Amino acid sequence: MGMTMTQKILAFHAGLDEVHDGDLIEARLDMVLGNDVTAPPAIEILGKMGGEVFDKDKVCLVPDHFTPNKDIKSAELSKCMRCFAREKNISKYYELGDEGHGIEHVIIPDNGLVFPGDAIIGADSHTCTYGALGAFATGVGSTDLACAMASGKTWFKVPEAVKVVLKGKKNEYVTGKDIILHLIGLIGVDGALYKSIEFTGDGVHDLSMEDRLTICNMAIEAGGKNGIFPVDEVTLAFMDKVDQNRFNSGEYKAFVPDEDVVYSKTVEIDLAEVPLTVALPHLPSNTKRAEDVKDMKIDQVVIGSCTNGRISDIRMAASILKGKKVDPNIRCIIIPGSRKVYKTALNEGLLNIFEEAGCVISTPTCGPCLGAHMGVLASGERCVSTTNRNFVGRMGAKDSEIILSGVPVAAASAILGRVATPKEVL
Amino acid sequence: MKVSGKVFKYGDNIDTDVIIPARFLTTADPELLKVHCMEDLDSDFVNKVEAGDIIVAGKNFGCGSSREHAPVAIKASGISCVIAEDFARIFYRNSINMGLPILECKEAVEGIDMGDEVEVDFEEGLIIDKTKDLVFKAKPFPPFIQKIIDAGGLVEYTKGNA
Repeated sequence: MGMTMTQKILAFHAGLDEVHDGDLIEARLDMVLGNDVTAPPAIEILGKMGGEVFDKDKVCLVPDHFTPNKDIKSAELSKCMRCFAREKNISKYYELGDEGHGIEHVIIPDNGLVFPGDAIIGADSHTCTYGALGAFATGVGSTDLACAMASGKTWFKVPEAVKVVLKGKKNEYVTGKDIILHLIGLIGVDGALYKSIEFTGDGVHDLSMEDRLTICNMAIEAGGKNGIFPVDEVTLAFMDKVDQNRFNSGEYKAFVPDEDVVYSKTVEIDLAEVPLTVALPHLPSNTKRAEDVKDMKIDQVVIGSCTNGRISDIRMAASILKGKKVDPNIRCIIIPGSRKVYKTALNEGLLNIFEEAGCVISTPTCGPCLGAHMGVLASGERCVSTTNRNFVGRMGAKDSEIILSGVPVAAASAILGRVATPKEVL
Repeated sequence: MKVSGKVFKYGDNIDTDVIIPARFLTTADPELLKVHCMEDLDSDFVNKVEAGDIIVAGKNFGCGSSREHAPVAIKASGISCVIAEDFARIFYRNSINMGLPILECKEAVEGIDMGDEVEVDFEEGLIIDKTKDLVFKAKPFPPFIQKIIDAGGLVEYTKGNA
């Protein structure tokens, strides 16, 4: 029986010729990642195990969840991680204000830290984002992070895969976010439980790297262990842009699945049929066509996060908000996902567009996505958000509501004060 | 090892945001986390839970965030075992690493109700509903996983084997 892309990457990192569904293997890791919530417990655990990291250049630590710190307790978490990074001389520690700083899953691809064929774990469930580049990446908890920081290895149960065949071309204003929400609506929040989601089909080539990052980011929202795209000309161009030296050196591996792989399930999606999609409270699988729920009033819009905080997202938001005004009853919060995104938006005049439209512009942070700060909801409030989860209480009060959407729907909704589509405002 | 207690029964897709909301993640101290366990889903849980009690839930328990604080909060609250139809992947792994016993058993989830007195025998994989006088068979953990749980988690297990 043939191997999937994921299985080939795992076999390579385990030093095995082949692996099969359900095998327990130990794999070498190219990078291990933690943030200000998950790294401090891992650092404490690592201390009990001797305290040394396996490779100071392969541990990445990013303060992004409660930063800039919202209170004393969160400041202590950041301090713990900062002191550890300095003591161990961790080269991939990104301090606020560093050129490379931002939300972890925005900066890691942009800083050239992930290439095709890499195996990465991160103590953050959205680590699966990096599958967009043809890497294997998955989320773990703090104890697994601690053990991996010490050894550079971890164990995996080899997953089987759901194959998602993308066909055709998407319509205007339809983005990767609509595609992944549409998929989760089809297969459910446990539709890929314990499995890889492997994307293929001619429609892949119609998707930008940003679309792919957004799609893989939410593989976890279907229960997936990872999401992964094949390596193509879009991937090659992205690598050339973010780290020309590594790209030219050829230090990466593009794996392709065998033709005789047996998938647990195959889902076909005609991109031309994917509508502007929203997920209503309280599950990402509770999807509707945006135009079918336009009567839903809202109080807030959030544009940003590891799902939709990239420069293409910010440009898209600006193109819709340009010359318009945010509805007076709405708070529209724009969060560029990294310092580079922020700076580009500044240089391109996009921040000015948001300012004139009546948005507030935040420094890069996960903030409101997890109800931490910078846009927490009061009871009964409803938010259209480009983030990734709409669980009960995720963004604040337990009776507040989140409607997940792509950037075009979020920006249009900010202007009209209800769920809206771009064609209503353009 | 055997545990027993009364059952808290919940539905499908119980996510880590309701198990322990992110607003409380400025600490990883089990004693501080446990007072907010299940708060946004069942505000009475922390007042009613007693040592040994058992959570029974539907599909995809623990979906969402990778926060290890979720199994930590459940374990610290006194819960001795979580039985579900299945678990989200990261939660499953974190629970073993934290020494929180978890079992997958669809029949038990269908048969057991809120408030039932239930006993679990981990070696045999037996779930006994004493209120209804029913016995369910779950797949027991392989020995190495059971040893991690018996030791109280991966760190203690690793130290014990060092």
